[in-house]
Amino acid sequence: MGFLDIQNVTKSYGSVEVLHRVDIEVQEGEFLVLVGPSGCGKSTLLNMIAGLESITSGDISIKGRVVNGVHPSKRNIAMVFQSYALYPNMTVGQNMTFGLEMHGTPKAERDRALKDVAKLLQIENLLDRKPGQLSGGQRQRVAMGRALVRDPDVFLFDEPLSNLDAKLRVDMRTEIKKLHEKLKTTIVYVTHDQIEAMTLSTRIAVMYQGYVQQLGTPKEIYDTPANVYVATFMGSPAMNVLPAKVVMHEGVPYAQIKDAGGVEKLLKFSQANMSDWSGKEILLGIRPESITDPDGADRNSNNIVPFRNRIGVTEPAGADTFVTMELGGIDIVARMRADANVGAGQEFDFAINMDKAVAFDPKTEERIKP
Amino acid sequence: MAVAEQDTAVRTGGITRAFIYGILLLFMFFYLMPLFVMIANSLKPLAEITGGNMMALPDTWTAEPWRQAWSSAQIGVEPTGLKPYFINSILMVVPSVAISTVLGALNGYVLTKWSFRGDKIIFGLLLFSCFIPFQIVLIPMATVLGKLGLAGSIPGLILVHVVYGIGFSTLYYRNYYAAFPTELVRAAMIDGAGFFRIFWRIMLPVSGPITVVCVIWQFTNIWNDFLFGASFGGQTQPMTVALNNLVQSSTGVKEYNVHFAGAILAALPTLLVYIVAGRYFVRGLMAGSVKG
Repeated sequence: MGFLDIQNVTKSYGSVEVLHRVDIEVQEGEFLVLVGPSGCGKSTLLNMIAGLESITSGDISIKGRVVNGVHPSKRNIAMVFQSYALYPNMTVGQNMTFGLEMHGTPKAERDRALKDVAKLLQIENLLDRKPGQLSGGQRQRVAMGRALVRDPDVFLFDEPLSNLDAKLRVDMRTEIKKLHEKLKTTIVYVTHDQIEAMTLSTRIAVMYQGYVQQLGTPKEIYDTPANVYVATFMGSPAMNVLPAKVVMHEGVPYAQIKDAGGVEKLLKFSQANMSDWSGKEILLGIRPESITDPDGADRNSNNIVPFRNRIGVTEPAGADTFVTMELGGIDIVARMRADANVGAGQEFDFAINMDKAVAFDPKTEERIKP
Repeated sequence: MAVAEQDTAVRTGGITRAFIYGILLLFMFFYLMPLFVMIANSLKPLAEITGGNMMALPDTWTAEPWRQAWSSAQIGVEPTGLKPYFINSILMVVPSVAISTVLGALNGYVLTKWSFRGDKIIFGLLLFSCFIPFQIVLIPMATVLGKLGLAGSIPGLILVHVVYGIGFSTLYYRNYYAAFPTELVRAAMIDGAGFFRIFWRIMLPVSGPITVVCVIWQFTNIWNDFLFGASFGGQTQPMTVALNNLVQSSTGVKEYNVHFAGAILAALPTLLVYIVAGRYFVRGLMAGSVKG
């Protein structure tokens, strides 16, 4: 039994089911990120945990108490909204203690809680200002402060960083992570940004079309995606997924792929059970960082396959240089070290780390598990 | 601090400018003329009006017409002046405006932030009341007021004006609150505020501009209403009806100076409301439409 239990929860609007049988168990102190594109149901799920949307079927329980139908204010949760939702007519201090005031906490206790949190977030000098006089980052802090003052069981974050500019977003991301490390609170965090999901979470639920596609640690999600959707959604640039044929050579399975020149090449699988797929088509997933210049290849890998191919386009990005080339009939992206000596149109020796490659069933798009 | 002179575009010459100001002055005179005539003639003895020029300033200045209009002019059969009717109007307008504004604000709050099945239809029906001509409801309204025992009383008039006012006040507040971020209401819900507390603590404090618009609108309409006042006023007729009785009386000498003074007295409250709150009016009208 988890700290926050989401059991068999569905949500329908009329006859349209928008959330299908979600099962997630969140342990105390966990940082769960719900990630997915817009319309995947992640915000709906968060609002259901908050009590802002009703639950069509299933149960949500917090600390072992089923909270279906319990008013949001009685669930002992706090929420940080995308727009921050600070009350414009109240000062920062009043904003932060409004919840405590509504719950009938005595003034002295409210002031103490406010002081502690303001100190923690370093916003002591802002307490008498109105939200309109604050910058985006300051508003963000105040919104988090308002949640922290309540000392709730579960924190809910609804895309809290998406209104900030790029640099501030990275700073606040680190700040939220630090805060979580320090306070060990239970957090459910909604975002559409897969980097936020990877960096912040202890576990990620990737959602798409109302289904939880995969639930796991960032590493599990990244290295062993459950299906093609998860594989391509997580990671930037996205994982290359290309059609390939499994062939056996001296009892070992290989992926057979056409290179840019139309020549069939063989890539040796690290995954032994791929021999079950001998002679069949599969989808081969290789992340851009697994296709490198030979010097940039992972030294700990047991299966680096050298591979010569013609380069299409190069895109120097500062820290890395991305190379686009044709493989298996589609354009794929490879990630070189910044100063790798590559040029458009050139034949180049790549190194593919097949230890990190994953294979998908082309019919179900599910990963072929080892 | 020196104020930089407003520069004009290259192709706006002095002649154009003079033309624009000329037109503006012309319109100003046009609009101020009636007020001038009313004020000037309300301060003259009657003989000066009947025997002289309406446009001229008084030779002998007198406040007597004002005093008469206020306290001793013949209204219908009683020589009471407009005073008791003015009080009637105040007693009718203030509660009507207050009640219809509060109800409109509550309606707007419910219709935007606590949406329920059929809320759009209810809003549509409420809007209907903005378009129903007054004459159509006279007889049914008379029946209802009679049944309630409110016929010919100030509470009866208040009821009529509140019922008619809710449509417009709801429209104003609904459109204003539609631009109000729902996340704020949700945040307040999580913080533990109930229905009325959210309204009181979160919504109302930011409703200033639209409240001014609503109050001006309701005040002007209810103060200026004649039909309901004449139909349902009974012994407690409002200012507009009294003014009519003063000006339209067919016996005796037409005391134009008193009539002018009375007319100004009748228009004074709405004028005051506009002057005091007018700039918020324009601001409020824009507030709902452009940005929340």
